[in-house]
Amino acid sequence: MTDAILVSIIMTLVASSTPILLAALGELVVEKSGVLNLGVEGMMLCGAVAGFAVAFSTGSVALGLIAAVLAGIATSMVFAVLTLSLTANQVATGLALTIFGIGASSLIGAGFVGKTIERLGPVFPAALSEHPWLRAIFGHDIVVYLSLALVIGVGWFLSRTRPGLILRAVGENDASAHAIGYPVIAIRYAAVAFGGALAGLGGAYFSLALTPMWADRLTAGRGWIALALVVFSAWKPGRLLLGAYLFGAVMTFELQAKAAGISWIAPEVLAMAPYLATIAVLTMMSLGRKTGRLDAPACLGKPFSAS
Amino acid sequence: MLEWRRRREPSTAMLYLSPLIAIGLTMLMGTIVFTAMGYDGLTAVYDFFLLPLLEPQRWPDLGVKAAPLIMIALGLAIGFRANVWNIGAEGQYIMGAIAGTGVALATYEMSGWWILPMMALAGVLGGMAWAAIPAFLRTRLQVSEILTSLMLTYVAIQALYYLVRGPWKDPDGFNFPQTRMFTPDQTLPIVIPESLVHLGIPAALLIALVAWLVLEKTTAGFAVKVVGLAPAAARHGGFSAERTTWITMLTGGGLAGLAGIFEAAGPFGQLTPQFPVGYGFTAIIVAFLGRLHPLGIVFGGIVLAATYVGGEIAQTTVRLPQAATGMFQALLLFFLLATNVLIAYRIGLRAKPAKAAP
Repeated sequence: MTDAILVSIIMTLVASSTPILLAALGELVVEKSGVLNLGVEGMMLCGAVAGFAVAFSTGSVALGLIAAVLAGIATSMVFAVLTLSLTANQVATGLALTIFGIGASSLIGAGFVGKTIERLGPVFPAALSEHPWLRAIFGHDIVVYLSLALVIGVGWFLSRTRPGLILRAVGENDASAHAIGYPVIAIRYAAVAFGGALAGLGGAYFSLALTPMWADRLTAGRGWIALALVVFSAWKPGRLLLGAYLFGAVMTFELQAKAAGISWIAPEVLAMAPYLATIAVLTMMSLGRKTGRLDAPACLGKPFSAS
Repeated sequence: MLEWRRRREPSTAMLYLSPLIAIGLTMLMGTIVFTAMGYDGLTAVYDFFLLPLLEPQRWPDLGVKAAPLIMIALGLAIGFRANVWNIGAEGQYIMGAIAGTGVALATYEMSGWWILPMMALAGVLGGMAWAAIPAFLRTRLQVSEILTSLMLTYVAIQALYYLVRGPWKDPDGFNFPQTRMFTPDQTLPIVIPESLVHLGIPAALLIALVAWLVLEKTTAGFAVKVVGLAPAAARHGGFSAERTTWITMLTGGGLAGLAGIFEAAGPFGQLTPQFPVGYGFTAIIVAFLGRLHPLGIVFGGIVLAATYVGGEIAQTTVRLPQAATGMFQALLLFFLLATNVLIAYRIGLRAKPAKAAP
């Protein structure tokens, strides 16, 4: 395999992994605060369509990215109000958010199907990417580097800062945190918003960098894979990075196999690969543990009321 | 300052009112959003929500759409009551249809009254088998059934595509990705002549009745209710959480599979890539709209069927895009979840704290 081909595989790998990494990282923070937001797929789709719509209308991919983040935050706030202020069931609300996101994005995106925009480009000057191996390091767009920086940032925030400790406390024992005087609901609102922002950004990566175009259900279930990744990572950002790239590898394999025209595996069977891999990974994780979910934040999914 | 104050006991009035309030709010929101998008808001909402319920000639259509929704939602509801979240009903629905179609294709040359029941049985077993996987993973390995059942839905969709594009493609079908059309022996009979009302509709109502009887009058039904409300008490009473998971998942899968083969043998008449319409997901909304109660689910199924039929009507009258249907169904669920709070809480004024004496 020549250098150029290997590097192109690496580029695909990074591009496939980044959106899932972003969405999963956001959800990790949300779950660390004790909230289970299953609406990641819906938020990603809203971010994707908002990003594309703005980028197409204004001609600026940067504005598109900002719009996507805002769309993600906005949709996550619907979830937050229902579950945090109105104590609605988190599983049902998250599902509703997903179904809503699928429908709303399809509605808004209807006018943009088939349109194209200029893809999000590499952030470093082209001179740095002349040699194939340099391209593997410097040839990525800004969102990729941002995602890696966020992994480090979130990890540091959660384990080494006081606000991070407070967030974890809220997730492990909300009653005690409340007794000490921490604003449990406000902290969870902030966490949910952060999760929404990152999910929106991850979704926009599909419509602004990966394809770049809009189509119905563009994210094809990646939001759900991101949720599985959070479990797989045992709520640790470092493991999340590993997991995201592992899944990126599975998806890259699927793309490469399709491109190489491997005929003895039907394309539909190949398409099953990421989903089967998710199940396999979740199963293997639980096999290596006597009681599952040992590392989950203790208050995950439970509503909190100050009384 | 306004605040939520817990009621002394849950309000029964709100129990029945809140779904209606939710529907009302959805219609209001719909009018606002549709008008903002440039459509004739009032006509759109009327065509969408009310017309299907008011025009008797639409009722068979309603029944056809409601039947699978009710069937699937009944299966989901007992799971949801027990905190078993079967999100993969769409996949079980597809697998049931695939299993039943397999029987149909194998008996293509044959005839007899036994073919259709065999197909139905295959459908139930197919759906159950697909639901058994997440059930097994949850009971043995504590793997979340939400994620596994959902992943399996995507796998099932790909399996469907593979079959209709490959081994099961109709040899006389001009290379279109579809199976053979089912023979009359393999098609669901129409129960009201000259109409669309097929066997699935009374079947769904019958199952709802049975579900209600089981839930209210049997120990098993009681177990299901208790396991969800008080798991520790349930264990103490001898109701095994694992058995509940298995029973609820298999029931959900079986009913979804039955709905799947009924749709394939009824309205569709064959399997095509367009077969997954999302009933498995909409059924989740039906289950909640019906408060997880069999009779409520019949009501909820009819309401959501109305949005499907209404969506089609609004497409022609007000040119509303098809995607609006899905979005509004989800909006209904949002309002439902929001109005739920009114059952346990009510709005009150927060009294100013008394100033301490100097």
